Amino acid sequence: MLFSFGMDCLEIKDLTVAIHGQRILDGLSLVVPKGEVHAIMGPNGSGKSTLAKVLAGHQDYEVVSGQVLMDGQDLLAMEVDERSRAGFFLAFQYPYEIPGVSNANFLREAVRARLGSGEEIDAVSFYKRLYGLMDELGIDRKFTGRSVNEGFSGGEKKRNEILQMAVLEPVYAVLDETDSGLDIDALRVVAEGVNRMRSPHRGFLLITHYQRLLNYIEPDFIHVLAGGKIVRTGGKELALELEETGYDWIKEGALATA
Amino acid sequence: MSEDSATLDAVLVDQSQGNFAYPEDYELDAGRGLGPETLNYISEVKGEDQWIRDFRHRALEIFERKPMPTHWASAELDEIKFQEIRYYLAKGRRPTRSWDEVPEDVKRTFERLGIPERERGFLAGVEAQFDSEAAYSNIKEEFDKLGVIFVNSSEGLREHPEIFRKWFGKVIPSGDNKFAALNSAVFSGGSFIYVPPGVKVKHPLQAYFRINAEQFGQFERTLIIVDEGAEVMYMEGCTAPKFETATLHSAVVELVAMPHAKIQYITVQNWSSNVFNLVTKRGLAHEGAEIRWIDCNIGSRLTMKYPGVIMKGRKARGEVISIALANTGQHQDTGAKMIHAADETTSNIVSKSISIGEGRATYRGQVHIPKHLKGCKNNTECDALLINSHSRTDTYPAITVRGNRHATQHEASVSQVSEEQIFYMRQRGLSEAAAMSLSVNGFVNDLVREFPMEYSVELKRLIDLEMEGSVG
Repeated sequence: MLFSFGMDCLEIKDLTVAIHGQRILDGLSLVVPKGEVHAIMGPNGSGKSTLAKVLAGHQDYEVVSGQVLMDGQDLLAMEVDERSRAGFFLAFQYPYEIPGVSNANFLREAVRARLGSGEEIDAVSFYKRLYGLMDELGIDRKFTGRSVNEGFSGGEKKRNEILQMAVLEPVYAVLDETDSGLDIDALRVVAEGVNRMRSPHRGFLLITHYQRLLNYIEPDFIHVLAGGKIVRTGGKELALELEETGYDWIKEGALATA
Repeated sequence: MSEDSATLDAVLVDQSQGNFAYPEDYELDAGRGLGPETLNYISEVKGEDQWIRDFRHRALEIFERKPMPTHWASAELDEIKFQEIRYYLAKGRRPTRSWDEVPEDVKRTFERLGIPERERGFLAGVEAQFDSEAAYSNIKEEFDKLGVIFVNSSEGLREHPEIFRKWFGKVIPSGDNKFAALNSAVFSGGSFIYVPPGVKVKHPLQAYFRINAEQFGQFERTLIIVDEGAEVMYMEGCTAPKFETATLHSAVVELVAMPHAKIQYITVQNWSSNVFNLVTKRGLAHEGAEIRWIDCNIGSRLTMKYPGVIMKGRKARGEVISIALANTGQHQDTGAKMIHAADETTSNIVSKSISIGEGRATYRGQVHIPKHLKGCKNNTECDALLINSHSRTDTYPAITVRGNRHATQHEASVSQVSEEQIFYMRQRGLSEAAAMSLSVNGFVNDLVREFPMEYSVELKRLIDLEMEGSVG
């Protein structure tokens, strides 16, 4: 059992999660302090995406036991949208399309949801900031008028997730397989977008299957998820080791020694 | 005559039952029920000519003869109790001419309806119907200069019979359907508009009306004639307070577009869920003329409305753009009728419906292109959005195309707001209701753009209100 880090971290304590009666996460514990980038790696089916969705509050997952504290707040007791407004962000592995709702409108509504009653968005500064971020991410400004993710290529969708993250400035961001389906140029753009947002006031959790992403976003810690729990934690060199050895060692009894 | 107990019932409205109900002192009242004496009463009050009295009585005979259209629509129609309805109710005043003269309680109702400040500006040139008689009517000076006539239908009948009589009841004859016959017998209120040749009216003409008396039927009659090469946009919007007993709204709207004229008729309706909204709307487009119906139906217990265009002249164009939103306890049975009656005529139908909870939306369309014509085109698109599994949607397109010198296409789709989509939006901080609203607004977005700015804002607000109640 980890000691409590208190206010400045996303702290997952002994989390057990099931879907349709089947346990996916089994006593997972992990702490992501502000200012750090953690990566979770692991074989397919190890529960990586489940972790992302549970943290965001997806209704299909049943939290059997455990706790998640975001800066000391009980994250699991909050509604999906409350979590977001409190500073939790999930970059989706498969972002959804919202036909007829423009990117700009969607982002404006998301920003507006964070304002107090009586407050209004200043349209001029909103667009100025939005265009600036789009330019940095290499997203054509015309995308503001296009429906959210509709007809976007895989790479465009992922870049759009990073754009949303940049606009909403979360305190903790989980990126679920953001690297999948990206060519090397798009990967670089996405990584730069994340790197620009690294700050002592923000924590990142990158979920990835491959080491490739970590060449561009250098993590402080790497965790290996297998069988629903963290089986190994190490520095960035762990990624290279995994790249060489693959995940087979897990199956060969490493679980027991973790 | 107006002091019977039924009237007192109407005056002593239970405030707790309605959102916007205020007690009203109806000075003129035809009592409940329908018979020749009801018609005589209305004609008497309005001081109508003999021809219009005859018109009413002939229509009543047709109404009594025609069966209810329950064989293809909803059996709910049988629940309308015609003998319990009040067919005429008026303030008994001549329509006022300026905003200052509008009675305070009427203004207060507009306030409650949340008509935005800038729209009240529009009201300066508006014909607003308060119950069955226009309580407020004002024509902008420029209309007078241009020769544009914009008055209520009673005044139109009285002051402009030479224009009125030629087209009145010609596009929609009294025998068209049972409710058109009913309207023809008891109509009061509604607008009469005439635009002289070549005049392009810049400002949209607006009418607000509402129902605010228990068991009170509203039977307005609108006739719009736009002469050669002229253009006009007409907008009507209404919202009704909630009452427990069923309320009947049965309007007839006739449009006549002379050669190369353009008419846009825009409706945003938000009825309370006990209203039967049974409306007949049809336009006649002469050569090169264009008629567009832009129609948004929210609420009501049952709406049956199929705006139509008869394309009588070569190269005439007809269009129906409609949005229907049905919540639990509501049935929107809407659609379009496109009658091609000349060569190279073009029609376009785009219909989007949203069913929430146990709401039911039906699209019923008719496109008729006879064999002897050539070069006619029709495009029909109907999309339905279901908000949860209890809602229901049906599509009954009837496209009759004879001959092979025409082009028609028809597309239909049914989609659902997925839980994953809502989850995604909520993850960005939107509440469930806000996420739902945004999805629904997105679904109708391309059609909402067709509405004038102030209406699209209002429409968005109405959708937001409907969504608020549908989640959580």
